[in-house]
This record gives sequence, C-alpha cells and structure tokens, in this order.
Amino acid sequence: MRLDQRLIADMIRPGTRVLDIGSGDGALLDYLFRTRGCDARGIEIDMREVTRSVAHGLPVMHGDADHDLAHYPDEAFDYVVLQRTLQAVERPREVLRQMLRIGRHAIVSFPNFGHWQLRLKLLTSGRMPMTAVWHTPWYQTPNIHPCTILDFLMLCREEGYVVEQWMAVDEDGERAPWRRSIRLANLFGEQALFLLRRRGH
Amino acid sequence: MDQTTPTQIEHAHMLFPEGMQLECGFRLAPVRVAYRTYGTLSAARDNAIVVCHALTGDQYLAETHPLTGKPGWWSRMVGPGLPIDTDRFFVICMNVLGGCMGSTGPRDPRPDVAGEPWGTDFPPITIRDMVRAQKLVVDALGIARLFAVVGGSMGGMQVLEWAATFPDMVFAAMPIATSPFHSAQNIAFNEVSRQAIFADPDWHGGRYWEQDAVPARGLAVARMMAHITYLSEEALTRKFGRRVRRDPYNQAGAMSLFGEIFEVESYLRHQGSSFVRRFDANSYLTITRAMDYFDLGADHDGDPSRPFHGTRTRFCIVSFTSDWLFPTSQARLLARALNRAAANVSFVEIDSDKGHDAFLLDEPDFDRTVRGFLSGAAEHARIG
Repeated sequence: MRLDQRLIADMIRPGTRVLDIGSGDGALLDYLFRTRGCDARGIEIDMREVTRSVAHGLPVMHGDADHDLAHYPDEAFDYVVLQRTLQAVERPREVLRQMLRIGRHAIVSFPNFGHWQLRLKLLTSGRMPMTAVWHTPWYQTPNIHPCTILDFLMLCREEGYVVEQWMAVDEDGERAPWRRSIRLANLFGEQALFLLRRRGH
Repeated sequence: MDQTTPTQIEHAHMLFPEGMQLECGFRLAPVRVAYRTYGTLSAARDNAIVVCHALTGDQYLAETHPLTGKPGWWSRMVGPGLPIDTDRFFVICMNVLGGCMGSTGPRDPRPDVAGEPWGTDFPPITIRDMVRAQKLVVDALGIARLFAVVGGSMGGMQVLEWAATFPDMVFAAMPIATSPFHSAQNIAFNEVSRQAIFADPDWHGGRYWEQDAVPARGLAVARMMAHITYLSEEALTRKFGRRVRRDPYNQAGAMSLFGEIFEVESYLRHQGSSFVRRFDANSYLTITRAMDYFDLGADHDGDPSRPFHGTRTRFCIVSFTSDWLFPTSQARLLARALNRAAANVSFVEIDSDKGHDAFLLDEPDFDRTVRGFLSGAAEHARIG
C-alpha cells in the first residue's frame, strides 16, 4: 500500500462504513477491513481491477465518480474517499457535493498544480509543464481539471465544507514538513490530502 | 426418439403433504421438491449454498444427468476444489416448482380429478413461489441461514427473490446474467416460444397426453429460437460461420432449395430435438410465464430497491459483455437499485463473446470472480 494510503487510513475511525472511489487494486479496502474492521467498499472504473478485487473477495463494483454516486442514499457512509482522481473527473464540484451527501466525511487527495516546479517550467519554457507527477502531454492527459491547494481551499469555502485535516505529501506519499503554512504547502507539496465534512455536521 | 421417458426416473425428493399457498391465491397440495446435494453440511449448519437453475436446467448440477447421460449443467463450477468448492460448502440444487424433473409441475396428477394430470390447468406460479418451495426443503434440512444463494438467468431471478423475501436467511447472493425484471424484449421472445408450441397440431389444447402425443415440433422450435438468444453473433460466427453441408435427410439432393443445410441450422435442429426428450411443453409454458411476471419493483411502485432496504446480504452481480438477453445495462439497473438500498454490492462485467450462455461455459475471469466472492464472504461470515 502506498504511504499516502496509510495516511488516509489513519484518518478513518475503526469499525466505520467507507466507500473508496477509484479503489484500484483494492489495497486500501483490504487494509481497512483487516486492520480497522471497517465495512469498506469500492467503486472502480477499470474492469480488470474490479475483477481482480472481487476475485480477492473485496466488495467492489464497476462504476465511476461522475455517474454512480447519485444512486446512494444520504449518509450511507461515514467516509467517502477519492484518491488522486478529483482532477480527472468531469464535474469535480458535483462529485464533492455527492461525496459529502452520501458520506459524513470526504477524504480527497489530488496532485497540486501549484507546485514550484510546474510554476517555474511554465514561466521559463512557455509550454505546458511536465514533471514526475504531471507526466502526460496535454493532448493525452486524463487530468482535465487540475487545481492548486489554494484553489481547492477556495472551493471548500464556497461550498461550506469544513476542513478537519489537511496535509501536503510528496509523490511517494511521505508527509511533507510544511503542514503549518498553506502557502508553503501550495508551493512545495506534490500531493494534497484533505479530510472534509459539511458545515453543521 | 430416446426410449427413456422423463417420468420413468425416480428423482430424490421431499414431499410436503400440506403444500403451500401460491401467490395467485391457490393452495397447491401436496408439493414435491426434487433436489440433489453435494458436499457435507457442517456441524454448525452454516456452509450451505443453494444453486438455482435456469429455465431449462434442473437439479442435476454436478453429476451425470440420469436422463441425458451428459455431465451436470454446472459440473465445471461445482465440485471438489472448484470455484463452488464442495470440499468446503454444502451445495443444494432443487428442481423448480412447475418443472418436469421431479418437482410438482403440470405433468403431475391433479388431486381433484382422478387419473388426470394438471396440464394447462396447473396454477400460474411465480419466481417467489419457486423460492418458497425451495425454502421448504432448506427448513426441512434444518438450515436456518444459507451461506449463499447463487444462480444465473432465471436462477439469478430466484437469487434476488431469495434475498428480497428471506433477507435474514441469505448471507451472500450472487445473481448472474440476470435482471431486476423481465424486459419487454424477453417477454416477446417467450411469447414466440409459446406460440410455436400452441401452433403444433400435436398440442391438442394442452391435453396432448390424451392423444398419447407430445407437441415435439412446437417445443423444438421454441427451443431453437430461445437458443439463438443464449448465444451471440460472434459465438455463432466462430462456431459455424457460413459453412454448409449436404442434408442427409433430403433426398432431392444439392439442386433443391434445401438440399444443403448450413451448419448453424443443423446445430439448432439438434438442440431442438434433444430438448423435447427431456422437457415437458406445459412446464415450459408455466416456467416462461413465471419469468415474465418477475419484477422486483412490482409491489413497490416500480422501485426495485425497496425490497432490499436494510438488507445485510452481500451481493455480487455478474454480467457478460456479449449477453444481449440480459445485458449489462440491466445488471447496472440492479446494481444501482442495490446502491439505493445502501447494500454491500460487487458488480463485475466479464469480457466474453459467448453471449448469455457464458455463465455456463469456460470463462476463467468468471471462475475467479465466483471463487473470490465466496471466499471473501466466507471470511466475513467466519465459516471454514
């Protein structure tokens, strides 16, 4: 399991109901069931990953964040997790709304487009920046809605979401040291991780 | 024609003299349910799996069929070490109510008229009636909770009905290549099958036994048409293409209109003629009608999620890419209905070019899915 998935797991209380959107190979689901006693389920868009997960006994269904969340009842889960996918969905704001409708908490991780390397590359070369994190050319990338950590915070404010926890991590999932300053995190964090809830909950 | 007739075989069964109340209001008594079991029931009676058969299947799941001499219809799936592992699970398969392989059906003598079978007067039954009849056997075996109910096509409808009607009895449910309701297109196909039977001169208004006849032509045509719906264009092309051969039964020779036959024609004729040896026309009508009536949302303002509200059953829905009889779109409707009920759902679409019949055939990804889902569920149920 990736280190940032460990950080996500640390945000989740044992014995709770969890929906992992984009559950991939099911590593987080398996970990949450085995070590936390969670009722953890997944949604995955890649059918091969779905088959592999179900063949490992994990409850995963084929589907995606844009189209399948609307079918769940309100507060069906304690946590709804979206890992490194927000930038690739069709309607990120709607997906967040659905996550915080069907879940009491949302855990969202995404690659930070405000990282200094991206800023520098765009400034110096005048071309779409390519880095280890942002490694596909503009005409091929599935990442159609990139945002920075500050952008994401602004959206949370507009939508009335309470940020219970946030952290910046590097690409390998190591927790970055600039947890005190959002501006530093926005400059140096490669990935961002947020724990949200709706105001009044 | 084969000399063994289905009625000559004694099928293992349980008899329930008090019978059961059908959904139509009729009290059917006695009720007999023919069944087979595989594996051993654990001391805690917690390892039982009911496998539900499809329209023309029967209880001979994983052993040589006494009538046809062929392997059981799911012998590649059920057995020692197989995905539904009989070293681990106790598997029960029952002939459906209305069937013709030993369970009470239209060929049985009616209690009110001496010496006469039910025939077309057999009361209309539903998928839920089939499941209630199966529950009589499960209760009689002293099993309070089934570890799993598994089935494809009409068997999948029974799985859903088990989970909806007896939610506390079903720990895990695996509806395969099925739908939350029978679609208009599928009702239409069933109607063509039935009309083929009605059009046979040997039908005799359903009282064919009086004339010592069976509507073999009609039933064979029904089977031929239905069999096409179980395959896919790709599968037919792969198996038969446009290959032609001389028709050995046509004396006129190659110059006549039907002197040559396509291999796909020959195959379908064989399917039709072998089917009539083992199936009863009135049973076919009764069971296809039960499928047509199937609609999980019927008693719930058309919402198929309502029967599952509060369910604790773990579901695994499986569909196949080339299945156009029970397409993935219908499986997805089911998955979303279960999502609305906040049920624990896995949903896999298996890549296959074999059409609806894929669930009966060699599909390694499907085998892995069945094995994995059952193992995962067994871990949650804390059984061996």
